[in-house]
Amino acid sequence: MSFIANTPQQQKQMLDQIDLTMDGLFADIPKELLAKDFNLPAGRSEFEVRSRLAELAAKNYTGLTCFLGGGFYDHFIPAAVYSIISRSEFYTAYTPYQPEVSQGSLQAIFEYQSAICRLTQMQAANASLYDGGTALYEAMMMALRITGRNKILIDDSVNPIYRVMIHSYTKNLSIDLEETKNSEGVVNRKDLLNRLDNSTAAVIVQNPNFFGCVDDFTDIAQAAHSRGALLIVSCYPVSLGILKTPGAMGADIAVGEGQSLGLMMSFGGPYLGFMATKKEYVRKMPGRIVGRTKDGQDRVGFVLTLQAREQHIRRDKATSNICSNEALCALTAIVYLSLLGKEGLKKTAQLCADKASYAWQRLTSIKGVKPRFKTKWFFNEFVLDLPANAAETAGKLIEKGFAAGFPLSRYYGDMENSLLVAVTEKRTRQQIGMLAEALEAVL
Amino acid sequence: MVPQNLLFTKDHEWAQIDGDVVTVGITDYAQQSLGEITFVELPAVKKEVKVHDCLAVVESSKAASDIYSPLAGSVLEVNGELAAKPELINQDCYKAGWICKIKLAGLDTKHLMNAAQYEQYLKSV
Repeated sequence: MSFIANTPQQQKQMLDQIDLTMDGLFADIPKELLAKDFNLPAGRSEFEVRSRLAELAAKNYTGLTCFLGGGFYDHFIPAAVYSIISRSEFYTAYTPYQPEVSQGSLQAIFEYQSAICRLTQMQAANASLYDGGTALYEAMMMALRITGRNKILIDDSVNPIYRVMIHSYTKNLSIDLEETKNSEGVVNRKDLLNRLDNSTAAVIVQNPNFFGCVDDFTDIAQAAHSRGALLIVSCYPVSLGILKTPGAMGADIAVGEGQSLGLMMSFGGPYLGFMATKKEYVRKMPGRIVGRTKDGQDRVGFVLTLQAREQHIRRDKATSNICSNEALCALTAIVYLSLLGKEGLKKTAQLCADKASYAWQRLTSIKGVKPRFKTKWFFNEFVLDLPANAAETAGKLIEKGFAAGFPLSRYYGDMENSLLVAVTEKRTRQQIGMLAEALEAVL
Repeated sequence: MVPQNLLFTKDHEWAQIDGDVVTVGITDYAQQSLGEITFVELPAVKKEVKVHDCLAVVESSKAASDIYSPLAGSVLEVNGELAAKPELINQDCYKAGWICKIKLAGLDTKHLMNAAQYEQYLKSV
């Protein structure tokens, strides 16, 4: 069956109408990009396809005890979260295109935005972006718009996946993107301050950073502001239950990956990018923003506000090409946060930190296993230097039932033996002990 | 009726030249087309602009429109009152609703229309 639903006769009719041949119609596409022959196998029945997919799925390792982090974390998700968001009025709704009739959707997004503001201690949040990486890219573009400058400083302790994304997004833009190199797992102040100048639009840092190390960027915020630059902080929302917030550090834009707020770890998402900023920059913020207002009869209602910035109105001058949001994922986050409450989030964060601290002690007491960095200021994740190749060791541990961590050599050339280990509230003392034993056995 | 002492652009900005300083705003036609104005993004003082460079952004409930500089120069002063009262442009676009003053780099005004020409132009749009 042909993918194109029209018949050859209909195609001929259409081409005659516009006085073109098929080749003429596609003349603008370079020859080497034109598909020649797809050479697809014959179709299979539903039953055959299902069997084949089941066979492939069985090759996955499932049920591993998870110490894998690197931006996505295995937190407990109360069953109520998915019961609530699975209600069809939420589940089937896309970002509202006829917004004001969707008061329920708008209110949910408004509550989500309010929660993100409280969590980051910033003044205004948008209705969400695709994921942590795109949120960071959008924050960078926003800083370029605000300052009218061209240079960005990004530290290499920022999630390397985000940095790869930013590099590919900006490859053909004339942006001066400079990477600073961490020192002992944290931002090297001396190097950063040396490179910070009056052409710098923004400094981009992360807390806790990719190595799990915790930092306070208040000094960097002050230095950036004194040069007329902005500070962008990417953060891990659960950690904000106990850590100093981007707002308290003086950040101008806070972004992050919202997966840890009730979203399952799934290959490829969908995930959730959050973004919050200071009130003075709200018109430069990309994406949709829901506002609360009163109607002509003084009743409270919700609207999509500041839409004039968006592409359906402002066209090429729009703040970004984002006119959508991750409504269901944002709803998941607000439901999760509401169920946990302020104290619950604090407790979750504290449990993560305490268990990680225990795991650090347990694992670094193994002969030959050393902490990579001197700092003991980490949240729920830390880097171990193993006496063997980290990727190979992690592979052996999969056979023993553990996703032991993220081998850093993939993104950091000088870290062949380094393993990034994450511990959430779900990990038990027993599981940590079993990981330690298994690690000891394979080394 | 448009004020007789002003010059005009095809984008509906007005310019009032006083020595080497020009005061810029948008015309009654522009403010009516935009509707209720809710925000004005003003240029930075000292910003250098060429003819037709984006000078400001006027946002209404319907649209956010660029305001272009009628003449070249550097921004001398902005109408700070618009920050709290953007509706001044709706209420009094030729006086209290002025947007900014520019110190002129040159006095060539050939590309601008006088009041009579602008009125004629309005009939064609």
